[in-house]
Amino acid sequence: MAFLREFGSYLPSRIVTNDEIGVRVGADFEWIRNVSGIEERRFAAEDETVASMATRAGEVCLSRSGVRPTDVGMVIVASGSAERQFPGPAATVAKELGCDSAVALDFPMASAGSLFALAMASRVAEQFREVLVIGAEKMSNIVLREPMERGVAVLFGDGAGAALVSANEGKAKIVDSVIATDGSYAEDLKLECEKPLTMNGRSVILQASRKIPSAIQGVLEQAEILAEQVQVFLMHQANQNLIDRVASAIGVSSELFYSNIRRYGNTSSASMLIAADEWAREHGFQSDIPVVFAAFGAGFNWGALVARGV
Amino acid sequence: MDRQTRIIKIIQSAAQKDVTPAPDESLFDSGLLDSFALADVVSAIEKEFSIKIPDADLNPRKFDSIERIEQYLDSRQ
Repeated sequence: MAFLREFGSYLPSRIVTNDEIGVRVGADFEWIRNVSGIEERRFAAEDETVASMATRAGEVCLSRSGVRPTDVGMVIVASGSAERQFPGPAATVAKELGCDSAVALDFPMASAGSLFALAMASRVAEQFREVLVIGAEKMSNIVLREPMERGVAVLFGDGAGAALVSANEGKAKIVDSVIATDGSYAEDLKLECEKPLTMNGRSVILQASRKIPSAIQGVLEQAEILAEQVQVFLMHQANQNLIDRVASAIGVSSELFYSNIRRYGNTSSASMLIAADEWAREHGFQSDIPVVFAAFGAGFNWGALVARGV
Repeated sequence: MDRQTRIIKIIQSAAQKDVTPAPDESLFDSGLLDSFALADVVSAIEKEFSIKIPDADLNPRKFDSIERIEQYLDSRQ
């Protein structure tokens, strides 16, 4: 058994508008908004790193939960934009948080990373008791690399989100999850060392438009829950048009899908947990009402997780 | 209505434009379809021709022109 105990997030203070990023790649404000729903994003300061942002989000999460860092048994950090190949940020984050008893794992998966980390945390919570899951990205380091590509540069932002998965108690009980991988598309969305991020947008959208609804419907069927019974869908904030399409595919209003992409852009692995944190602050879980998490990203990897308010 | 006409109507609906592309014209390079409209085209093809297109077949190149869509439909017969 596993519970979602608390959330946290960190967003850098610097706001980068569509006008500011658009002028660098020949895109105007309205075009960016039309193709993505994004109006602004946050870019980290030069001295901020994936690990430092992850640590800030983790601190917020642990502080709110009341769980002592030394009681955390595992720290998982999902990131596709870590500054070095190894070690990944997890060990540093665990150290900085004072999680001295924790084993630290990195999930270098990009967008689906925090969903996979949540799913894995729910499966090992009985053993590790308190599992801190963090998604953190400094995408500005990547999208500002020359040559900048218009279809990529305007989409991404920086930030970190965190969730504490507990074996003992929480705001919501994790009911079930489905995760899947299809390596046939590994070349369609990739970041090779020191090179620009490349994305076959048509393939990504085509596959995501099918696989995310399928994962959501799969996990809801397993849990015998109808889509209209769900309180909120907390989906990876990739693109507002994709969010709307997924909502339509599963037959619910887009209003049931929490969205903050207008303000933060696509923060890759961080986005779902930032959305969860904001939604939990603004609304919160209701007793016995299901909430669905979903994500899709490079690999391709995708999945969905359902939890019920306690 | 013949098959090509049915495909053209699907493309026009997804593109929200009343234009008829040449059979071998790239629907993407011509700007007629974007990534999201392509997803609409695939869904509409499934409905119109009563087939289920498996995810493994969802290669954008297979749906890049009227000719290629027809070739794909031929391959499914």
